[in-house]
Amino acid sequence: MNFDLSPDQEALRDGIRSLCEGRFPMKRVRNGFDHEMFGELADAGVFSLRADGFGAADAAVVFEELGRAIVPGPLVWSYLAHSHVDGVVGGLEVAGREPTWLVEHYEHLDSLVVVDDDAVLVVAQRAIEPAAPIERPLDPLTPVHRVDGLPAGEQIGDRELVASWRREGAVVSGAFLIGIAQGAAELAVAYAKERRQFDRPIGSFQAVKHLLADMVVRAEVARSAVHAAACTLDDLELGDVERAVAGAKLLAGEAAVANGKTCIQVHGGMGFTWEVDAHLFLKRAWLLDTVFGAADHHADAVAKMLPQS
Amino acid sequence: MDLRYSESDEAFRAELREWLARTLPQLDAPPARDDWDGRRRYDTDWQRRLHDAGYAGINWPLAYGGREASPTEQLVFLEETTRARAPYVGVNFVGTLHAGPTILTEGTEEQKARYLPPILRGEEVWCQGFSEPGAGSDLASLRTRAVREGDHYVVNGQKIWCSFGHVAQFGELIVRTDPDAPKHRGISWLILPMDLPGIEVRPIETVLGSSEFCEVFLDDVRVPVENLVGAENDGWRITQVTFSFERGTAFVSELMDSRRVIDDLSTVVRDPGQRRELGHLAAEFDALWALTKRNVSQAAHRGAPGNGGLMIKLAYSEARQRLGDLSLRVLDRGALDLGREMVEERVRTLNLTIAAGTSQIQRNIISERLLGLPREPQVQIA
Repeated sequence: MNFDLSPDQEALRDGIRSLCEGRFPMKRVRNGFDHEMFGELADAGVFSLRADGFGAADAAVVFEELGRAIVPGPLVWSYLAHSHVDGVVGGLEVAGREPTWLVEHYEHLDSLVVVDDDAVLVVAQRAIEPAAPIERPLDPLTPVHRVDGLPAGEQIGDRELVASWRREGAVVSGAFLIGIAQGAAELAVAYAKERRQFDRPIGSFQAVKHLLADMVVRAEVARSAVHAAACTLDDLELGDVERAVAGAKLLAGEAAVANGKTCIQVHGGMGFTWEVDAHLFLKRAWLLDTVFGAADHHADAVAKMLPQS
Repeated sequence: MDLRYSESDEAFRAELREWLARTLPQLDAPPARDDWDGRRRYDTDWQRRLHDAGYAGINWPLAYGGREASPTEQLVFLEETTRARAPYVGVNFVGTLHAGPTILTEGTEEQKARYLPPILRGEEVWCQGFSEPGAGSDLASLRTRAVREGDHYVVNGQKIWCSFGHVAQFGELIVRTDPDAPKHRGISWLILPMDLPGIEVRPIETVLGSSEFCEVFLDDVRVPVENLVGAENDGWRITQVTFSFERGTAFVSELMDSRRVIDDLSTVVRDPGQRRELGHLAAEFDALWALTKRNVSQAAHRGAPGNGGLMIKLAYSEARQRLGDLSLRVLDRGALDLGREMVEERVRTLNLTIAAGTSQIQRNIISERLLGLPREPQVQIA
C-alpha cells in the first residue's frame, strides 16, 4: 500500500501545474473559455487521459490542478465524452420533464451530451434552438444559456454508461473542487501574510489563522476522499465504489464552497470586490456543487448504504 | 496511489487474526469501569499476552524487545485488534506509547535495560506528569521545581491530568531545573518512582463522575540523579521526541470505533434529516480513514506522516463530537441515562478537543508550522 502520489503522478501534477501557470494565468482565465484554450488543453492530453492509458486516480491529479487554477470550460464533460464524441463537448444531466434547461458554455460547444437515467444522448449544438443567454450568470467565467427544448439526439450509451459517467464525473469534478479548495486556501494564506492591520500581518491573529488552518484541513480531508474514490474506481475490489464516490463529491463540494467563502472573509472588504479573485473560486464551487450530484443528494446516498434496521 | 495491502502485510494480518481468534476467548470478562485494580490487572495481562506472542512494542526496535514492524503492519495490527474487539492499550498507554519511546530514544543503555522490558511485559505501569494547574496549553511555563542536592533532585510542585496516576509505578515527570533560563530551556525530564515519600496521588472526578486522571502533589520528593533522562535542562526537546515515533496510526482504533457507532446508529435512525446528517458523518469518517492511510503511507515511504499527521487530531476530534451530538438527538429523552454507552461516549469525547493539545492549539500549529503564518507575539517571562 502506498496511498501517496506515485512518481509518475507527481510528474503529471507538476506538468499540469506548470501548464496552468504558463498558459492559464488568472488574467487569461478571467477572459473565459475559448477554442484556443480547448486546443491547448487537448494538446496537453487533458481530455484523452483515458484513451492514453491513464486511470481515474491520474485524472484526479490532473483535474485538481485545473481546479486550483480555476480553468474555465466544459472540461469534465469533454473528458468523459472523449472516446465517444469529437470536439468541445458540453453536458447536461436531466431528470424527468423539466420545462427548461441551463446549458453551460453553449456558444463554444460542438456537441451536447444529455444524460438521463436510461441513456446518454448526443445532440449537435447547432440543432439546439432557440437558446437564450442568461444575462448575468452566477459564475462570470461560465456563461449559461436557457434551452427550452432539446432535439431527440443520437444515443451513444445505455444505463451502464450513465452509471459509469455519473461515478467518474463525480470523482473528476470532485477533484476539480478540491483544487478550488486548495487554490482558495493558497490565495487567502498569501493575502493574510501580506495584509497588515494593527501594525501586524493579519495572518498573525489567531482569529484569522484559525480560519486558514480550517481551510487546509478541509481541503486535505476532501482530497483523501477524492483520491480514495478514484483509486476504488480504478480497482473495484478495494471497496464500495458508490459509497466512496458519493462521499468524495460531497466533501469536495463542501470544502470548495467553504474555502471560497472563507477566502472572501479573509480578504475583508477587498474580498467583496470584482477585482479580487476570491469570488471566482466560490462561484465556480457553487456551480460545480450542482453537477454530478449535489451535497444533500450524496449525503442521502451514503445514508442509504449504511446498515438498515 | 495504491490502496492495496502487500502480500506480506496480508500474511501478517492472517497470522494475527488466527492468534486473536485463539487468544481472545481466553480473556476474563472486562472489569468494571471504576475497578482500577481490576483494570490494571486486565490491561497488563493483555500486554503480557501481546509480549509472549511477539506483538508488544510493535514499532520498537528488535534490539529492545520490539517487533520493528513497518507502518503498514502497525496499521494492520490496529485494524485487526480493533475489529476483533481486543482490549485497548489502557493502562499501558503511557509506558508503551510515550515514556517508553522517550527512554528508547533519549535514555542511557542502563535506563533502557532497566525500564523498557517491564513495559513490554506488562509488569510496570507508567503515568504522565506533564501538565500543571498553571501550565496547560502553555506547558513550557511549568513551575514544578527540581533542585539538585548531592545525588538527588528535590522536587516540589503539583501535576495534573496524570493518566493512570493511581495505578502506576513510574511517572514521566518534567520539572524546572533552571528558573533563570528562558522557559523552554530550563526544563528536565525525570523518571519518577511513584512510591517515593512525599508523593500524594488524588484522582480527579471528571464530568463522567469518575476518572483515569489524577492530580499528583510532590512535596520534597527526592529523585535519584540517575533518573534524569537526557541532559539537564534539555527536557523540552525530549518531550517532543515521541512525535518522531508517530507513524500516522494515531487514531486508527478511534476511527474504526466511530464507524461502528455510525453503523449502530444507522439501524435506529429513521428521521430523514438525521439520516442525511448520519450519511454526511459516514462520508467524513471514510475520508479520515483514507487520510490515515495517506499518513501511514507517507510514514512508510518518506519516514514521517506528512502534513496530514498535523491535521488528523483536529479533524477527527471535531467530527467525533458531532457524531456524539447526533447520537444524543437520536436518543432524545433516552439520552438522560448516562449509563447508556452512547451517552457516556458523548460526555467522554468532550475531552478530545482539549487533551494533548486543544483544537485551538492544533490550529496554531497547522497555521504556523504548515502555512508559515507569523506567530502571535510571545509574552516573554524574564
